[in-house]
Amino acid sequence: MAAKNVTTATFQADVLSSAKPVLVDFWAEWCGPCRMVSPILDEIAGEHGDKITIVKVNVDEEPALAQQYGITSIPAMQVFQGGEVVKSIIGAKPKPALLADLSSFIN
Amino acid sequence: MHEVIIIGSGPAGYTAGIYTGRAGLNPLLIASSVEAGGELMKTTEVENYPGFPTGLQGPELMDAFRAQAERFGTEVLLDDVIEVDLKGPVKIVKTGGGKTFEAKTVILATGAAYRELGLPREKELSGYGISWCATCDGFFFREKTIAVVGGGDSAMEEATFLTRFASKVYLIHRRDSFKASKIMQERALNNPKIEVIWNTEVSELLGEGKLTGIKTTNLVDGTQNTLDLDGLFIAIGNDPRVWLVENQVTLTPEKFIEVDGRSSKTSLPGVFAAGDVIDPTYRQAITAAGSGCVAALDAEHYLSNLK
Repeated sequence: MAAKNVTTATFQADVLSSAKPVLVDFWAEWCGPCRMVSPILDEIAGEHGDKITIVKVNVDEEPALAQQYGITSIPAMQVFQGGEVVKSIIGAKPKPALLADLSSFIN
Repeated sequence: MHEVIIIGSGPAGYTAGIYTGRAGLNPLLIASSVEAGGELMKTTEVENYPGFPTGLQGPELMDAFRAQAERFGTEVLLDDVIEVDLKGPVKIVKTGGGKTFEAKTVILATGAAYRELGLPREKELSGYGISWCATCDGFFFREKTIAVVGGGDSAMEEATFLTRFASKVYLIHRRDSFKASKIMQERALNNPKIEVIWNTEVSELLGEGKLTGIKTTNLVDGTQNTLDLDGLFIAIGNDPRVWLVENQVTLTPEKFIEVDGRSSKTSLPGVFAAGDVIDPTYRQAITAAGSGCVAALDAEHYLSNLK
């Protein structure tokens, strides 16, 4: 299951107002590590979609969102809960490491 | 049981895959889950790899390496090796994905990892102004002031690449000359956006939650300076990635895997090593590829003697 693409126009509805925690994956085509981590996030979404929603922001298309959330390095994965960033994960990591980072949301 | 397991997916690992694959050994190549393709995945233009007179992109080159290895039956697994037991005749390799494999031979091509400055809060500020990947993060520094630390080819490449985005790039180096190749140096030195700060090291990282600048120390006269920065890119070299095997195979005093002469033979029978993990000197894609070929031929020879 591929993660939904989120834009400035849909960020409020898809992320900030979500009842469930939402992991936002800030990525770009030209970022090799982003392409590696993307299928891992899809797997996590498939396995834990009932607890956490995973969406993507393409920083090339949405530079304002990247700037607003202070992104200076990608892949950057920020977990939003109740409209706030509650967790930041920087850089591509293997699946077990990502699951450990997300343990408080998915267990 | 596998004939050959290759750990690593840079030029050395994939070349070992091409050769052992063509030798009919059905190698398993464990490529890493998030760093498959290795170091070259983070570079842009590769101009010095023979056979490509007009150059090509690093990731493109690695895709071609992988395709060529797979063409000859190399199985590429996107998983991370977390533990090995290489001492006996049956080598055990365990992955983060929970799999355990056995093999008669193992080729270690784990490469090298970025060296850190070793300053307080370096980790904390990584991703918040400190970066290890110019091609990934340069985009976020449009019209900003940044610095690159280092004096080798990768520092020159990063500084030059970053001028596409940044308004100003300081290039900070500990010595009074660069060890980078002449062509890369000239490109950096002739770039009007790049200002070199010689004989200087970064002594402190400034900023709370986000990098705002650095303190520098001049290594000749000891003077200290503060530099306001939006970003700091660190390219001060790499350290061989040996943590998997450091208690099993003999290392050199510099912590590279020790190999016998011009071969790839480590201190353990059936265990071979190739690429940046054995090479303190050359560390080029082409030398790593050559080294992967050596390891494949050594492994093939070892296997034929077992029969």
